[in-house]
Amino acid sequence: MAAGVSLLGLVPLGYVVVTAIATGAPTLSALVFRPRVAELLANTAALVLITVPLCALVGVAAAWLVERTRLAGARAFAILLVVPLAIPAFVNSYGWVSAVPSLNGLWSGVLVAGLSYFPLVYLPTVAALRRLDPAVEESARSLGLPPFGVFLRVVLPQLRLPILGGSLIIGLHLLSEYGAFAMIRFDTFTTAIVDQFRSTFNGPAANALAGVLVLCCLFLLVGESGARGGARYARIGSGSARPAGRTHLGLWSPVAYIFLGVLVALSVLVPFSSVARWLVSGGFAAWSDRYLLTALGQTIGYGLAGALVTCLLAFPIAFLAVRFPGRVVRVLESINYVTSSLPGLVTALAFVTVAIRLVPALYQTSSLVIVVYLLMFLPRAIVNLRSGLAQVPRGLEEAARSLGRHPLVAFSAVTLKFVMPSALAGSSLVFLGIVTELTSTLLLAPNGTRTLAIQFWSRVTDVDYVGAAPYASLMILLSLPVTYLLFARSRSEKAAVNSL
Amino acid sequence: MITTPKWASAVALSLAAVLALAGCSAAAPEVGSSSGGKPSGAITVYNAQHEELTQAWADEFTKQTGVAVTLRNGDDPELGNQLVQEGNASPADVFLTENSPAMSLVDNAKLLAPVDADILAQVPKAYRPSTGHWTGIAARSTVLVYNPSLLSEAQLPASLLDLADTKWKGRWAASPSGADFQAIVSAMLALKGEKATAAWLASMKRNTTTYKGNSTVMKAVNAGEIPAGVVYHYYWFADQASTGENSANTKLHYFKNSDPGAFVSTSGGGVLKTAKNPAAAQAFLKFITGKAGQAILETGSSFEYPVASEVAANKALVPLADLNAPVLDPSKLDSRKVTDLMTAAGLL
Repeated sequence: MAAGVSLLGLVPLGYVVVTAIATGAPTLSALVFRPRVAELLANTAALVLITVPLCALVGVAAAWLVERTRLAGARAFAILLVVPLAIPAFVNSYGWVSAVPSLNGLWSGVLVAGLSYFPLVYLPTVAALRRLDPAVEESARSLGLPPFGVFLRVVLPQLRLPILGGSLIIGLHLLSEYGAFAMIRFDTFTTAIVDQFRSTFNGPAANALAGVLVLCCLFLLVGESGARGGARYARIGSGSARPAGRTHLGLWSPVAYIFLGVLVALSVLVPFSSVARWLVSGGFAAWSDRYLLTALGQTIGYGLAGALVTCLLAFPIAFLAVRFPGRVVRVLESINYVTSSLPGLVTALAFVTVAIRLVPALYQTSSLVIVVYLLMFLPRAIVNLRSGLAQVPRGLEEAARSLGRHPLVAFSAVTLKFVMPSALAGSSLVFLGIVTELTSTLLLAPNGTRTLAIQFWSRVTDVDYVGAAPYASLMILLSLPVTYLLFARSRSEKAAVNSL
Repeated sequence: MITTPKWASAVALSLAAVLALAGCSAAAPEVGSSSGGKPSGAITVYNAQHEELTQAWADEFTKQTGVAVTLRNGDDPELGNQLVQEGNASPADVFLTENSPAMSLVDNAKLLAPVDADILAQVPKAYRPSTGHWTGIAARSTVLVYNPSLLSEAQLPASLLDLADTKWKGRWAASPSGADFQAIVSAMLALKGEKATAAWLASMKRNTTTYKGNSTVMKAVNAGEIPAGVVYHYYWFADQASTGENSANTKLHYFKNSDPGAFVSTSGGGVLKTAKNPAAAQAFLKFITGKAGQAILETGSSFEYPVASEVAANKALVPLADLNAPVLDPSKLDSRKVTDLMTAAGLL
């Protein structure tokens, strides 16, 4: 079963390669080596190169302030800074465009995307900061390093994994986001592919652009794993670490408050107040939209079905990875990581084409939508299940068996029971991803499908910002509980936040 | 692993709420088959027209006949190319477009069934192809929407071709990724030829600010971000009729003189050869082109021009006859060539 899922995961990559070959070298090079592609490459590269370091800087600074200083209200800020994760990037963009209609181009893209994605560094950094052993920092200080030197040379290197991991995820999000950039007229590969798709369905130009986009993703993946290095990050020594001390900021406190205040205002207040403003001006009439309930129902339906299927299929992979680790299993697992890193748009394009040509029975069915959701969000479930499974003592299951339980009974009574919370966490993350998914749903959905994201987007395209507001607020409301869950886990011993 | 009860219960609660709500989702209508005379069952419409307009047609049609209508919404070329790829396996019964090129695309792939004679009888010859494989259902006119505080009447271009001039650099907007603008380019291609069109597109790449969607173009002109934009007329009239928030500061300029910029685009409707419910599909097309369907164009909020059953246009509109549109065969407009040219110009 694990192999089956991984084989399915090869479809998008295979599709890109096969269409590239079918298009033929002369046509392909004409479609790839043209000024427009250079323009898109420059835009996309600038976006990634500016946004990712900014997010890392802001995320680490914010995490340090709420975790390691004595600022009053640090806990409130700690929660508020996670809230942007509940606001889909295209809803955030809608909020910003409502507030500042003239936003457009690269810097607006950096602003909107940065405010949407910085928590992806912030959250794992908070989790890591809570787990650092203060003894290392104290040794450094006793050896004469000034406080900032300790941060730079001792703390920061230990934060390398969460920062790199978060940055990689931000980079991949930047490459695959459509709605947020379409709204502020900033063209990236993904927006250009959607334009081509709207003009030609799955013409050769769309596929050529998808190929370049896939190369960009692979480049980021390889870059991150190279930068991770081989250093040891685990704490050794017996017992558990004390919580670290907190710094008095003294005269710097106002600066810290301004920084955190502005960050929350820009990333939470602006989108929320825009949505609220449109909700107020639409009044009750906006809620009588005939598709609102349908869209809510369908979104939740897809979310639940997708979460369930993903979790069930992630289980064998996670199980193998924990109980029978080896090269084959590692390869199977990493195929899923690469596939999920590809933009949903490319995966959807691949499956539309494959379904039309090879499996017409699956074409325009909700099953196919679920398959693509599965491939997009599988790692979210695997990461959680794996960490859950790793903590189940095998001895307990063996003990149950030795007491005469059938192996299956022992397995479900012991292992499954222990894994349930991780499964729930994993499925919640998958649910969150599906609720805010736009582009691949647009391409794949059966006739008559209306999810919250699809309806929101259709209203926004008609510049009906009032009509879009109820859909925006429902998406946020559905995402908030999951976001809180992420926050809670970052403060417990789990670090599953890197699976977004 | 140890759970923190707080989040476990939060998740459980939200999942429970979610399950309760999921029960509310509507089930998809069943596709039935027609039995000769009276249309019945259900049809699937690939709809590239404005969703609101087609939904109004569908609602009224369902009320009259009981036939359930499911829409798949998209853009002209997207759905047109999709139908071509789906071929005989397509689930669509009816295809409705905003512009004719996508209709021709599907017709050229031999996927359309002949339209019933009584439907063709309702539509004047100018608004349907001689093949009789599809029919016009509505029309729209190209306009230049401009902001009088940034552009005086004296500065208005006489022809769409003038916008290629360097003095228009950064001064006009369009939505080149949209089917509407691509249809305008297809008219230019038919009127002026490939070489002139390619040159015009190259200068457009230099001169225009591109937006996604005609409403967005008009909004930007209204906000004074840019002096002018090339769109279709009805965006302006629809906004004026509601709040005017995206058009209050703007005026319309009609090019007339048979200019490519005076292009009147025919929206098309056709029935697929592979329709599962051809009787209901033809009945839907007959309804749209009939008095009741065309009246929705006259009195509704779409502000598109009626073209059939002698229904007059909304009184707010400039009469079609006064627009001096270039005479073009709607079935000869080539969408594939246009996307190729626009891709080559770097607009797509």
